Amino acid sequence: MSSSTILTPWQDELFYLFKAGGVRQVAYVPDAGHSSLIRQVWSEESMTPIPVTTEEEGVAAVCGAWLGGQRAILLMQSSGVGNCVNMFSLISNCQFPFFCLVTMRGEWAEFNQWQTPMGQATQTALEMMGIHVLRADTPESVQDVVSAGFDAAFEGGDSVAVLLSQSLVGRKKWGVQ
Amino acid sequence: MSQEQYQHGQIDRREFVKDLVLACPDALIVTGLGSPSYDVFAAADRPGNFYLWGAMGGAAALALGVAIAQPHKSVLVITGDGEQLMGLGSLASIGAQKLKNLSIVVLDNGHYGETGMQRSHTSLGTDLTAIAKACHLDWTLSVKESSGFREIVKHVNARAGCGLANVFITAGEYPKILPPRDGAYMKNRFRDALGLKPF
Repeated sequence: MSSSTILTPWQDELFYLFKAGGVRQVAYVPDAGHSSLIRQVWSEESMTPIPVTTEEEGVAAVCGAWLGGQRAILLMQSSGVGNCVNMFSLISNCQFPFFCLVTMRGEWAEFNQWQTPMGQATQTALEMMGIHVLRADTPESVQDVVSAGFDAAFEGGDSVAVLLSQSLVGRKKWGVQ
Repeated sequence: MSQEQYQHGQIDRREFVKDLVLACPDALIVTGLGSPSYDVFAAADRPGNFYLWGAMGGAAALALGVAIAQPHKSVLVITGDGEQLMGLGSLASIGAQKLKNLSIVVLDNGHYGETGMQRSHTSLGTDLTAIAKACHLDWTLSVKESSGFREIVKHVNARAGCGLANVFITAGEYPKILPPRDGAYMKNRFRDALGLKPF
């Protein structure tokens, strides 16, 4: 396991939630906070991991999955939300169910201020494009919030992003004094 | 630098797309915004056609999701050079999946036709087939004659690998034959054709 891999119980819970929810495709741009989930997806036969080069490809791919009859989710970091803005129009125009899990940067003990402008604008950018935003701030609330958002998307046809607080992932170790 | 006068190819796009689409009657087709959507609609409107009117750069990535979900169907992207140039990264994502059932046809006139025929990168040096090869796609074709659609059809219907055909077409004005713009309607119609239920 690399030093940037973070293992916490809520990540295991999420994998089983998505598996039980019939998710068949998982598009992602990696983040340390998603690393455990991504590893589990790669070792799950019923799921296809889709590494994308930019998050907007992931938006299009998960919409395509629904067109083809499969549930798909998108994992990204807050900076990736900014890369998606125009592609989000696909979701509202076609009323695709959409579920996305966003690990936050730039909001809690952030060492790298280059993450802060987009981190601070993430929720606004999503809402500006008509995506319903939920937030999980504590390990205890993650499963409930994600489950509520997931059901709103795939049972109710909503477009939902769940923001996972930077405090859940913890301070990044930079190895500098 | 000359903008409008430069001709990148000789193929008539409407005739070529008609030949291609009619020879792939069972393919699910995703079209990139602009003229490729008009070309495919003019050739044959089918429930399994999904016409983009926006989401520029997203046609191939959207088709990737469809192709993973429908491994026993041929999935065909028909798009333009400008649209594919905006989604070059999706070629890397497609090459990483190595699907058997995904084909991309780029109707390449070397110009942005919808916005006044400004030159695009393909007529300024970019080689899309070289990019597709470098992205690990299984096959590529550089098509300069109208009979070249037959080679593409073989790949589409064989479902033996993913690939990209760059079709060198004439830059010119054609009648705009407009497919539906209602995304929800097209989504439901597409899914219905696959036997999938709405909410």
